[in-house]
Amino acid sequence: MWDYPFMVNAFRAGAIVAVLAGVTGWFMVLRRQTFAGHSLSIVAFPGAAGATLIGVGAAYGYFGFCVGAAVVLALATRGRAGHRAQESALTGTVQAFALACGLLFVSLYKGFLDGTTALLFGTFLGITEGQVMVLGAVALTVLATLAVIGRPLLFATIDPDVATARGVPVRALSVVFLVLLGAAVAEAAQITGALLVFALLVVPAATAQRLTARPVPSLLLSVLIGWVVTWAGLAAAYYSSYPIGFYVTSFAFAGYLLAHLVRWVRP
Amino acid sequence: MTFMQHAFLAGTGIAAACGIVGYFLVLRAQVFTGDALSHVAFTGALAALAFGFGLRAGLFAATIAVALGIGLLGRRGRPDDVVIGTVFAWTLGLGAFFLTLYTTSRSAGNGTASISVLFGSIFGLSTEQATTAAWLGAGIVAAMLLIARPLLFATLDEAVAAARGVPVRLLGVVFLGLAGATAAEAAQAVGSLLLLGLIAAPAGTALLLTDRPYRGLAISTGLAVAELWAGLLLSDAAPSVPPSFAIVAIATAGYLLAVVMSRVHRRWSLSVVK
Repeated sequence: MWDYPFMVNAFRAGAIVAVLAGVTGWFMVLRRQTFAGHSLSIVAFPGAAGATLIGVGAAYGYFGFCVGAAVVLALATRGRAGHRAQESALTGTVQAFALACGLLFVSLYKGFLDGTTALLFGTFLGITEGQVMVLGAVALTVLATLAVIGRPLLFATIDPDVATARGVPVRALSVVFLVLLGAAVAEAAQITGALLVFALLVVPAATAQRLTARPVPSLLLSVLIGWVVTWAGLAAAYYSSYPIGFYVTSFAFAGYLLAHLVRWVRP
Repeated sequence: MTFMQHAFLAGTGIAAACGIVGYFLVLRAQVFTGDALSHVAFTGALAALAFGFGLRAGLFAATIAVALGIGLLGRRGRPDDVVIGTVFAWTLGLGAFFLTLYTTSRSAGNGTASISVLFGSIFGLSTEQATTAAWLGAGIVAAMLLIARPLLFATLDEAVAAARGVPVRLLGVVFLGLAGATAAEAAQAVGSLLLLGLIAAPAGTALLLTDRPYRGLAISTGLAVAELWAGLLLSDAAPSVPPSFAIVAIATAGYLLAVVMSRVHRRWSLSVVK
């Protein structure tokens, strides 16, 4: 397995993506923004399809669309906090429209059908050194920003009212966080595919938060689970004919069930 | 052009069901559940294809089972988004597995099956499929109208409804079962990935236009049907535009228009008050 440079690159990229998704996903789960996270991850699909259609690098499409959708979601829900019904209708509409655009791009770009499955469900073949470098640079930027805003973001997430009263810019933080989430998703989608990024965002974080309520250990646990699951998925996909997405989601889900079992046995 | 008639027949029933179910999903802030069900529809359909039994059976079995599961597991029929997300992330992974199983085990099978499951094929329905879809749509609408009043009560004020003896939990589960059936049926027309557009956009529009529940229900249902018709006509006029895209794009445009209108209206009424 290690004789092939593309597999080494896949493991490197997988580690970067897992760490990034573990951290941003942990905040996403804590903020109960799973629907927004899922919609952002879906947007990766039209991004990549659109970029292929007009002939620019797929990475531009991923980042352009995901960060763009994050800005739309963040701005459109502004000032209507507490209005959950409207917010969820908006998120759903953005997601469906993004997917419809993806379908349009795919059908305009004839002979693209095999690629569609890879865009949706991911591929770990053919990752280059250059891609790994770009992934690493973006991940560092996102993680550094999160490190700076992490404390106030945690405060604003756990008790928005008190945080506002103490002068924490709750609104601005939530906009910045959604944009970071968009960037993280755009990055992860290049490996796992648009439909399965969501698994890396939500499942390790949900498992970690199930196991411990203390922020730092559960954040680290979330990263660790994501990392192990991704590498195990890569290895399993290498030795079998089934897609990596299936293994990553199944391993992650097994871990989640195990965490439930642990909590159930030792309350 | 009989395929167009089939599309209109099936589409009307499906859109009406989506409009009415979608309104309640939005009102109950359960759009994410609808999202989850749409992805479960994908896995169900591919499982049916992979193991070689009927597509419709697979769709209905998967979505209704998951819908009832979500309803029963959650406290008061409304489980946590994180739990739903975790379960359906895995369901999608299973979908990818069945997709590979299907494409590798049936090499003679067509490679576009997964695309049509994901994005629908409303112009490819047979007479029998279209009639079934129309009847199912009518059935779902009828059932929804039957439970509309108590469900509305349970949605708007759960505690008072429960105190007045309304079976809140049962209603929530029955409603999710109907939502599952709607998702299964709609997946065949607009595709499992796009049915969220027919669920969220008309209902969101209706909610922006009126606060009165029954009027909103009527607007949401009417809009869903009208937007589907408009999408079919647009796609017929411009053949390079896939029908699923046309339908969702028009529904999105309608929603956008309502957002702009409600902002302008609010600003205008504020300036009058001043």
